[in-house]
Amino acid sequence: MALQDLCGFKDSFLNSRWNFPASHRMAQEDTSMLFGKRTRDISSRGLSWSNSESPLHLYIPAAEYLSESPIQFGQINPNTAPYHITPLHQDSTLPFLSFPPGFPPSSSPSVPLPFPMSHGTTTLAFMFQGGVIAAADTRSSCNGLVACPASQKILPVHSHLVGTTSGTSADCALWKRILARELRLYQLRHGRRLSTAGAAKLLAHMLHPFKGTELCVAATLCGWDGGEVETCPLDRLYYVCSDGTRLQGALFSVGSGSPYAYSVLDGGVRWGLTVEEAISLAREAVYRATHRDAYSGNCVDVYHITSHGWTRRDREELREERLWRKVGQNLVLNLHLSCFL
Amino acid sequence: TMFATQVYGDNGKMKEYHYTGPVEHRFSPYSFNGGTVLAVAGEDFAIVASDTRLSEGYSIHSRDSPKCYKLTDTTVIGCSGFHGDCLTLTKIIDARLKMYKHSNNKCMTSGAIAAMLSTILYGRRFFPYYVYNIIGGLDEEGKGAVYSFDPVGSYQRDTYKAGGSASAMLQPLLDNQIGFKNMEGVQHLPLNQEKAVQLVKDVFISAAERDVYTGDALRICIVTKDGIKEETVPLRKD
Repeated sequence: MALQDLCGFKDSFLNSRWNFPASHRMAQEDTSMLFGKRTRDISSRGLSWSNSESPLHLYIPAAEYLSESPIQFGQINPNTAPYHITPLHQDSTLPFLSFPPGFPPSSSPSVPLPFPMSHGTTTLAFMFQGGVIAAADTRSSCNGLVACPASQKILPVHSHLVGTTSGTSADCALWKRILARELRLYQLRHGRRLSTAGAAKLLAHMLHPFKGTELCVAATLCGWDGGEVETCPLDRLYYVCSDGTRLQGALFSVGSGSPYAYSVLDGGVRWGLTVEEAISLAREAVYRATHRDAYSGNCVDVYHITSHGWTRRDREELREERLWRKVGQNLVLNLHLSCFL
Repeated sequence: TMFATQVYGDNGKMKEYHYTGPVEHRFSPYSFNGGTVLAVAGEDFAIVASDTRLSEGYSIHSRDSPKCYKLTDTTVIGCSGFHGDCLTLTKIIDARLKMYKHSNNKCMTSGAIAAMLSTILYGRRFFPYYVYNIIGGLDEEGKGAVYSFDPVGSYQRDTYKAGGSASAMLQPLLDNQIGFKNMEGVQHLPLNQEKAVQLVKDVFISAAERDVYTGDALRICIVTKDGIKEETVPLRKD
């Protein structure tokens, strides 16, 4: 198992059954934290993760070692070792940290936090009589540079659930993957799809241990529960945020461009919209936001969720739209002028 | 959405020249070692190129430290940023490749390596590997593929991507020359291998002119179905 130890790679099956029979105690400099799904209980000595299905192994650095002077850095001393390769032998020699005081080390400045940006994007979602519309721009920015002008911010989770993402790209992509996996497992175990409300609750609870850390995920989950006739028509749209918010609503817009999008949407969203009107309203809202917000731009993606699942409109380049509108504006101006003359 | 940024790397770059008052210094586990990496995907080939300068602050540690690493016969990875993390990350990837080969009796495909790297990087979400990765190789159908990453594991497939210290200078040039963006009335010709290699050389010469951390030599790895060919081209050494 030398290779696996080097990588910090633990096959979760092997790990839970034979390496961690009873409890996995978190040491002071604890490194790999097994993220158990639901069945964890905080025992008196620390944490025991009895559920072997860990979606993710995360390395959490403890603040103390990073403030050590370089002279002691890296020496193999149980109290100051930055990471230990075999966590089996920790037992009595190492003091442990009782959860949660030392974890997460969010307030310590030892590992510099990423650039504190607001969610630089514009995403929106609203529901109406014909289903749910989700729209987003496609610009991924990084500290003033456009890292990707063609990113996908609306990620399908399964055939009837779509999530818009905002925040850190890596966090959103990974947590959506984890959510998709957990929903699929639920469907296989219980024979039915988890509702949108349930998916939102699941995501919120999965993100809860990371509250206070740098993790930044602000997603709106848009889905359709049930078959042709909905069991609960109001229950299609949820907003979940990594700071713990979980809200049900009829209209949400997330990101730095959301004020601009909200103003357009509040003026136009009604329950009785037709599908074409709703789509063009969503496009207009994103277009206006990209016009005014520096961190939003490039193209717009629109998804429409109905009882048959989600459908996606082709991505549209907004630059041509802008040029076209300018031409239109000039024509109108010329007409006005010619009227007056 | 935001990619994780370069905030970690301000150590190692040139510091303030004038005394601005007392400053508390903390030990930082990161350092910035410079370097630029570039990858281009063609119809049946992929090119991964990097400069070979290893620098830190005002010094050059080495003029012969290429940043492209061969992973399999069809995949090359370019890693720039903090050299210590680059080395560890490539060791971990090599080990994971071996494990996959031993348990599945086949080599990992480019797409699989990209997905695996994403989870490796995200496993260190709270103490990231300070590395900007770009993977170039051939996918299962033999077409060129480029996957670009940010330090915490967000990735996507592209046709071309520049990463590292001169990435902000090179990416617009690639958008224009390979993506034909922002040009009016131009024919979109597909890129053949000779033109792509020449373009990569020209682009790095420009980068070496304007970025202090890029220079010394250029190492180009060309991945085709016949294997991986390496070429070295000298660049400015000042």
